[in-house]
Amino acid sequence: MVLRMKPVDVALVGGGLTAAILGKELAEAGLTVVALERGGMRQTVPDFQSPTMHDELKFDVRHAYAQDVSVQTLSFRNFVGQQALPMRQLGSFLPAEGVGGGAVHWNGQTWRFQPEWFALRSWVNERYGPDFLDDDVTIQDWGITYEELEPYYTFFEKVMGISGAPGNVKGQIQVGGNPFEGPRSEPYPNPPMKQSQSGYLFGQAAAQLGYHPFPVPSANVTRHYTNPFGAKINPCMYCGFCDPFGCEHYAKASPQVCILPFALANKNFEMRTHAYVLRVEWDRQAKVATGVTYVDAQGREVFQPANMVVLCAFAHHNPILMLQSGIGQPYDPATRTGMVGRNYTYQTMTGAEVFYDGGKVINPFMAAGALGTAIDDFNNGSFDHTGLGFIGGGYIAAYQTTGRPIYYHPVPEGTPRWGLGWKQAVRRHYNSTVSLSFHGSSAPHPNNYLGLDPTYTDAFGQPLGMLTYDFPYNDRLMARYITEKMAGIAQAMGGKQIGVGWLDDHYSIVPYQTTHNTGGAIMGTDPKTSVVNRYLQSWDLHNLWVMGSSVFPQNAGYNPTDTVGALAYWAADAMIKQYIKNPGPLVQT
Amino acid sequence: MTEKLSRRDLLKAAGVAGVAATVPETASTEAAHQQVAQANLPPAVGQPPAYVPGAPVERGVLFFLNDEEARFIEAAVERLIPAEPEWPGAAWAGVLNFIDRQLAAAYGAGARMYLKGPWIPDAPPQQGYQLRYTPAQLYRIGIAEVRAHVTANYGGREFWDLNAPVMDEVLSGLESGSIQLPSMPSPVFFETLLANTVEGFFADPVYGGNREMVGWRMVGFPGAYAQYVDLVELYNVPFTRPPISIGDTGARHAYLEGHTQAGHTHGAQKR
Repeated sequence: MVLRMKPVDVALVGGGLTAAILGKELAEAGLTVVALERGGMRQTVPDFQSPTMHDELKFDVRHAYAQDVSVQTLSFRNFVGQQALPMRQLGSFLPAEGVGGGAVHWNGQTWRFQPEWFALRSWVNERYGPDFLDDDVTIQDWGITYEELEPYYTFFEKVMGISGAPGNVKGQIQVGGNPFEGPRSEPYPNPPMKQSQSGYLFGQAAAQLGYHPFPVPSANVTRHYTNPFGAKINPCMYCGFCDPFGCEHYAKASPQVCILPFALANKNFEMRTHAYVLRVEWDRQAKVATGVTYVDAQGREVFQPANMVVLCAFAHHNPILMLQSGIGQPYDPATRTGMVGRNYTYQTMTGAEVFYDGGKVINPFMAAGALGTAIDDFNNGSFDHTGLGFIGGGYIAAYQTTGRPIYYHPVPEGTPRWGLGWKQAVRRHYNSTVSLSFHGSSAPHPNNYLGLDPTYTDAFGQPLGMLTYDFPYNDRLMARYITEKMAGIAQAMGGKQIGVGWLDDHYSIVPYQTTHNTGGAIMGTDPKTSVVNRYLQSWDLHNLWVMGSSVFPQNAGYNPTDTVGALAYWAADAMIKQYIKNPGPLVQT
Repeated sequence: MTEKLSRRDLLKAAGVAGVAATVPETASTEAAHQQVAQANLPPAVGQPPAYVPGAPVERGVLFFLNDEEARFIEAAVERLIPAEPEWPGAAWAGVLNFIDRQLAAAYGAGARMYLKGPWIPDAPPQQGYQLRYTPAQLYRIGIAEVRAHVTANYGGREFWDLNAPVMDEVLSGLESGSIQLPSMPSPVFFETLLANTVEGFFADPVYGGNREMVGWRMVGFPGAYAQYVDLVELYNVPFTRPPISIGDTGARHAYLEGHTQAGHTHGAQKR
């Protein structure tokens, strides 16, 4: 017997960043809102406290704040035709569990996408011609422009107290910032972070080569700051325990610090924890969502009726929930039809190390999640792709985010993997090495998608989501081209030797790469090739909305959170100013 | 080093360097860095613990491993991270006890692992771990099978009775897969053991390994400190304060030091 709860105006699936944003805004607009979070409640006090927070084994290695895959996981395969097998342990990416979601344990690297990303297909056609890419690069326009999103970026950056050096204010290029960014209406609310020696050495070499280094925009806030809601954020202490840790200093912007207190104080809002949503219920005739069914902490199935349902879960989970709920047409790679699960993308990462062999004392543990110096000279809109055969790009950075030694102990190529040679190399290089990373875009490919697994089931008996992914040819070309540039900078940094990690193997679910999974429920201009319209509203059910990086038609060469936050405020505005007054599709087909 | 700087000198030095660190290095800022470095007392990170090479290693209570399994683990981890005259290896560091406690607890029981079948154990490496075993089962079966391999191929001897190069030969055979175990791909066993050994050498000592924070001292990682806000822009300054464990009763106090009402200090001068 299914338990039936009192109806609400809005059911939010998830209790992370986008749920916090929508929960606060919609409750203040007078709607009753319940957020259904699969994990538990967490607050800075008493949960994110030193010294026990500074535990690499518990949080980084054993994934204390990440999803429990014994309950629900994905299956994975590299290509269509291979048997997908369950991800039995976390590895490549770390979806969060618990209130605040991944925005509790993130690093805080907060980047805007360059303007052309939002109209990428049109931009490529215009700049390089319609035949520049083959049909397997299924990039699309988002249906929204950078100019439309800009005020929402600005607002989100104020909410989070983002600290950085502006590079382009109203079209005026600013010294010390990123000259390749889109025009911003205002500078960052806070000044940039300090510069570590890693960033200094990188910046010097990059500038000598004619590139344009600048401090990475950061949610590790740099001074005492009060956000537009009145939340107080403290200055970052550079303790080196950002990702995947909670911040005890109230210095890393998170839902708990910046947004949630104001949602939780509103009687219209409820955060209901230990609620594992199984599916969205919907009326086949009326074509509207009627609520969600979840399993509560006691294991009871519960139906929560709602006038609006908003999917605020992790990137994978939103399209998988739609598939499990039978909403929309599932994408089929054989016919290349259907849209739910289509255009799953990731992030294309490579790295390099500069070994100073004792010639520098780097102190890699004096760190912060977004402490870094970057160049954006090789992001998509920054350089000419003519003759290169690929689209996309990304930034290159020297981050000093962690010196935690279980995972961070760089050694040169050729070092034995264990034994005396390894031990001595670790001792020699730990404190005298600078790591660089290339953070590249990800192009969609017809064979990379999310579906439902035919064999494996979760703890509730539902089919697992199934991920099919390998790095597409476009991204391999791009990674090769830009990793060579990164190696050039590494070479110029004056070390004794360098190491370069190329992208030359199949995608693997095992080593951690990044939690920037995107796509699967993408936004767009055409219901045949997208799941939601420009307001993140489902084309199929007008009272169903999808948040998060699920909606990115392709992934840019940047971290996703700034864009995720901006889109959530953009969608909240559309709900409040347009939809509530007159429920129905906001874009006519 | 003979002279000790006063707290006031130290603040002055830090102030000079803090400003200068944003511009190219100069001789005077280098000198300021050195002053700060020399004021760090006592020098602890980078210093090996008091340790007598070859002395018997203390072994704590075992919760999961039996005595023979423990002898295998202790011998194997010592080959993965061997002792040197100055710096002890994994055995002295207590990696055996670390692994034993991990296996006796949630990790060993496969908590937070997806353990439903069907099982396809010979999957490509890109699809990750596909064995049916929890980590505790993997060790129990894997150790037995490696021991059986050794006794069959090395004149009836146990792994821990082999000399070091021969132990390395066995470990390399597991790593490469050239040694075939009946119940699991040998590289899966080897990689699990290697990963857990590195964890035990570098995880906080409260977990039973990294004794006296030897792994941290060896590389220069100070552990669970909560702030370097006033040090991060002092380049090429060795950090020489003693490391801090989350189990250190003074750790919570050490965090707050330097962030009192009196204002920020870089906290490098005392502990």
